[in-house]
Amino acid sequence: MMTDTPISSQTNCRLKLSNITKRFGSLVANDNISLSLAAGEVLAILGENGAGKTTLMNILFGHYVSEEGSIEVNGEPLPPGQPQASLKQGIGMVHQHFTLADNLSVLDNITLGTEPLFQLYRNDKAARRRLAELSERFGLVIKPDTLVANLSVGEKQRVEILKALYRGASVLILDEPTAVLTPQEAQQLFSILKQMVAEGLSIIFISHKLHEILAVSDRVMVLRGGKMVGEVFTKDASKASLAELMVGRKVTRPKALPLATGKRVMALQNVQLKATPNLAALENINLDVHQNEIVGIAGVAGNGQSSLAAIMNGQTLPDSGEFRLFDKAIKQADPRALVGLKVGRIPEDRGAEGVVGEMTVWENLIAEKVRTQAKRGIFINQSEARQEAKQLIEQYDIRCEGPNAETRLLSGGNIQKLILARNFSNNPHFIIANQPIRGLDEGAISFVQEKLLEARQSGAGIILISEDLDELFQVSDRIAVMFDGQLRGPYPVAQLDVQKVGLMMSGEILADEVQLT
Amino acid sequence: MRLELRENVPAFSRLSPILALLSAFLLCSLLIIWAGESPLNAYWALIKGAVGSSFAITESLTRATPLIFTGLAAAVAFRAKFWNIGAEGQLYCGAMMATWIGTGMINLPPLLMIPTLFIAGAVAGGLMLLLPVLLKTHLKVDEVVTTLLLNFVVLLFVSLLLEGPWKDPMSMGWPQAEPIIDAGVLPTIVAKSRLHIGFIIAVCLAVAIWLILKYTVWGYEIRAVGHNPKAAAFFGIPVNSSVFLVAMMSGGLAGMGGVSEVAGLKGYLTLDISPGFGYTGIAVAMLAQLRPLAVIPAAIFLASVYVGADAMSRAVNIPNYIADVLVSVSLLAILVSNMLTRYRIIWR
Repeated sequence: MMTDTPISSQTNCRLKLSNITKRFGSLVANDNISLSLAAGEVLAILGENGAGKTTLMNILFGHYVSEEGSIEVNGEPLPPGQPQASLKQGIGMVHQHFTLADNLSVLDNITLGTEPLFQLYRNDKAARRRLAELSERFGLVIKPDTLVANLSVGEKQRVEILKALYRGASVLILDEPTAVLTPQEAQQLFSILKQMVAEGLSIIFISHKLHEILAVSDRVMVLRGGKMVGEVFTKDASKASLAELMVGRKVTRPKALPLATGKRVMALQNVQLKATPNLAALENINLDVHQNEIVGIAGVAGNGQSSLAAIMNGQTLPDSGEFRLFDKAIKQADPRALVGLKVGRIPEDRGAEGVVGEMTVWENLIAEKVRTQAKRGIFINQSEARQEAKQLIEQYDIRCEGPNAETRLLSGGNIQKLILARNFSNNPHFIIANQPIRGLDEGAISFVQEKLLEARQSGAGIILISEDLDELFQVSDRIAVMFDGQLRGPYPVAQLDVQKVGLMMSGEILADEVQLT
Repeated sequence: MRLELRENVPAFSRLSPILALLSAFLLCSLLIIWAGESPLNAYWALIKGAVGSSFAITESLTRATPLIFTGLAAAVAFRAKFWNIGAEGQLYCGAMMATWIGTGMINLPPLLMIPTLFIAGAVAGGLMLLLPVLLKTHLKVDEVVTTLLLNFVVLLFVSLLLEGPWKDPMSMGWPQAEPIIDAGVLPTIVAKSRLHIGFIIAVCLAVAIWLILKYTVWGYEIRAVGHNPKAAAFFGIPVNSSVFLVAMMSGGLAGMGGVSEVAGLKGYLTLDISPGFGYTGIAVAMLAQLRPLAVIPAAIFLASVYVGADAMSRAVNIPNYIADVLVSVSLLAILVSNMLTRYRIIWR
C-alpha cells in the first residue's frame, strides 16, 4: 500500500529516493522503495531487524550501490557508491555504535578528517569558533577540550551529531539513536532534534521503538521484509496501528500472572568484585530470587551487569561476599558444575558466547553437557544427540536445515531459540537471562518471554538483565537498577514506574527511595 | 572491485583443489618457458620421476612420510588456533630422543623397541612445546615467536651434540651420531625400496587424529576452543587445558616424525635429516584445509612434486628449485580458490 503523500510533490523536497532495489543474491533487501524528505521534517523509518532499514541508509550514504533506482539531493542526482559525495551533499549519519577516538578531545574528534593532511599547523581557532556557533544554534552543549573517554554516552552521541553538523550536514540520519540512552537522555535528545528541525535541518530517525517514533517524528514510513508497507503522518498514527504495520499482524506480548513465590533459589550476599579489563567493578551487591519469581535488572550498559552475570554464570567468583545457589555457597567458578545444579544460562552476546557458529546445531545443543552425555565420558553419543536435536528443533521451532546445519547460518532469533532449547531441556531451577530479547524481532521476543514466563510458572527463579524497560515492567515481579557497580533495589514492580527507574539508571537517587525500601 | 559473500556453495567447489593445482602448473610453465624448455617435456619428466615407476612411487611415499607427521602436527595445532611454527625443532627433538635411547641405552625386541622409540620421541617433541604453551596460556606470550625461535636453539644443540659427545668415531669426521641398533630400525614395506613402516604409522595416526577430533569429547572441545574460545569458556570447557592438550599432541606428532626419519630412513642422526619438513608441514596442513585425513594426499602430492622435480632437473635443464616455486604457487592457488568458493568477485 504505497500512498503518494503531498509531501513528495512539494517543492522544498530535500532528499528523494526513487525505486531503490538492492539484492544480496536471492535475498531482496530493499524492494522498490521510494521516499522523500522535506526540509525541516523528521521522517521516522520503522521496521524490525532485517526489514531493510540499515541497507537503505547504507545505500543513501554510499556504502552500498543499489541495483535499481536513483537518489536526488536538493534536486541534484547523487552518484552511487561514494560516501564522499554523500557527505559533500550534506548527508550526515550517526551510527548506532559510536565512531569516536576515546583518547582524543571533543574538538579533535570533530575536526578529524576535515583538515588536509599536508598542513604544518592546525587552524584551531576557526574550528573552535565554528563548533561554538553550532552548539549554540542547536542547543548541543559540550566542552570542546574534554577527552571523549570522560564523556557519558549521551554526551558522546552529542559529539557524533556535532561531527555531522560540522561537516555541513543538512540531512541527518540517526540509526537507533536511543539504544544506549536512559529515558531521560532520550528525552533530551528529542528536544535537541526538535530544535535542529526548527533550524531547517531534515532528520531521518531509524528505530523500532514505537513510543519514540510517536514522540519525535512528523511522518512514519514502515518497512517490512524489504518492502515499504505503509506511510502515515504521525498525528494519525497510534502505537497499535504502527506495531501491526511493522509486524504484519496483531501483536500480543505475554503478561506475567501473579504467583506466590516459593523458596529462595539464588542469593548474592555482600558481593564485591574488583574491576578487570573485561569486567566492571561490583560494590556490595545484595540480591536474591525465589521460586516462581522474575527479578529484573535495569541499567545502562556497562554499569556492572556483565560482571553480575559473569558471577551467576559461573565464569568468575566474587572477590568477597557469597554467591549462594539453592542454599549452598558456590566456591568454584565452574560453569559445568552450575549446569549440573540445574542453572539455565542465557548469555548477553548470543552470537559470540552462546554458540560456536562453525559447529553444527546438534553440537551446540549439547555444548553444556558434552562430558556427561558422552559414552564412558569419552565418545560423544552422536546418534542420541542428533535425535534429541531433532526433537528440540521441532519443539522450539528452530528454523534450520536440521541437526547437521551449521549454526552460523541461523538468524539471531533462531540462535536464541537454540540457546533456550539447550537450557530449558535441562529443566533449570534458576535462570540467568542476560539481554535475552536484544535485537530480536517481535515474534522471537514473544517466544522468549513466553518461555521465561513458563519457567517462572513451573517454579524457576529468574534473573532478567535488560536495557528494555518495557520488557522489564512487562514480565518482572521485582526490579533492581544497576548504576556504577551498585545495585538499587529490587523493589516490587507496583512501586515503580519508568520515570523512577530512569532516574535510578542515571545515578540520581530517588528522593523517596527510603520509603520505597 | 569488491568481494561479496556467496549464499550457497557453488557446484565447482568440489573440483576447486584440482582446478587450483592445474592453474598453478599453468602459471609455472611460464617460468619453464623462460628457462628455455618446453613445459610439456618438463612436466612429463616431473610426473615420470614422481609416479612413473614403482621405485618412483616408493620414493615419493618415503618423502611423504615425515610430511604427514609434520602436516598433522600443524593441522591439529592450527585447528585450535595454536600457531605452532616449531615442528622443525620438535622433529629434531624426537630424532635426538631416538638416538639417545636407540643407540644402545636400552635393548628390547623390535616389537617393543620400535613403539618405545616412537613414544619417547613423542614425549620429547611435546616437551619442546611445554615452555611456549605455558607462556601462552599464563602470560599471553605469542607462541609464533617462541616456537619459531626454539627451532634454532634445537638445531644448534643438535649441532653441538654431533660435533662433540655424540659424534660417531666410525664416521670418518662427518658430524653424525652412532646408528640405531638393529632392533630399533623400522622394517621396509616394499622390498628393494626405502619405504618403511613409518609411512603406515603416519597414516594410522592421521586416522586416529581424525577419529579423536570427530568423535570424542576432547575433539569437540578442541574444535570449540579453536573456533570460538569465548563461547567455549562460557560452556565451561577448560580452554587452557584444551590448548595444552593440543600442544602436546602437535609436538608429539612432530617428534614421532623425527623418530621415523632417524630409525626408518637414515638409521642415524645427522644435521640434515630434515630439509625443512617442519615448515613444509605447514604448507601440507594448509593444503589439506587442516583436515587430518586430507593431510595424507596433501603430503603425498607435495612429496611427489619434490621427488619429481629432482628427476626433472636431471632429465631437462631446469634447476630443481622449480619444485619450491611450484609448491608455493600451488599453495597460493589453493588459498585463492578457497576464497573464491566463499566469495564472488564483483568487478565494478
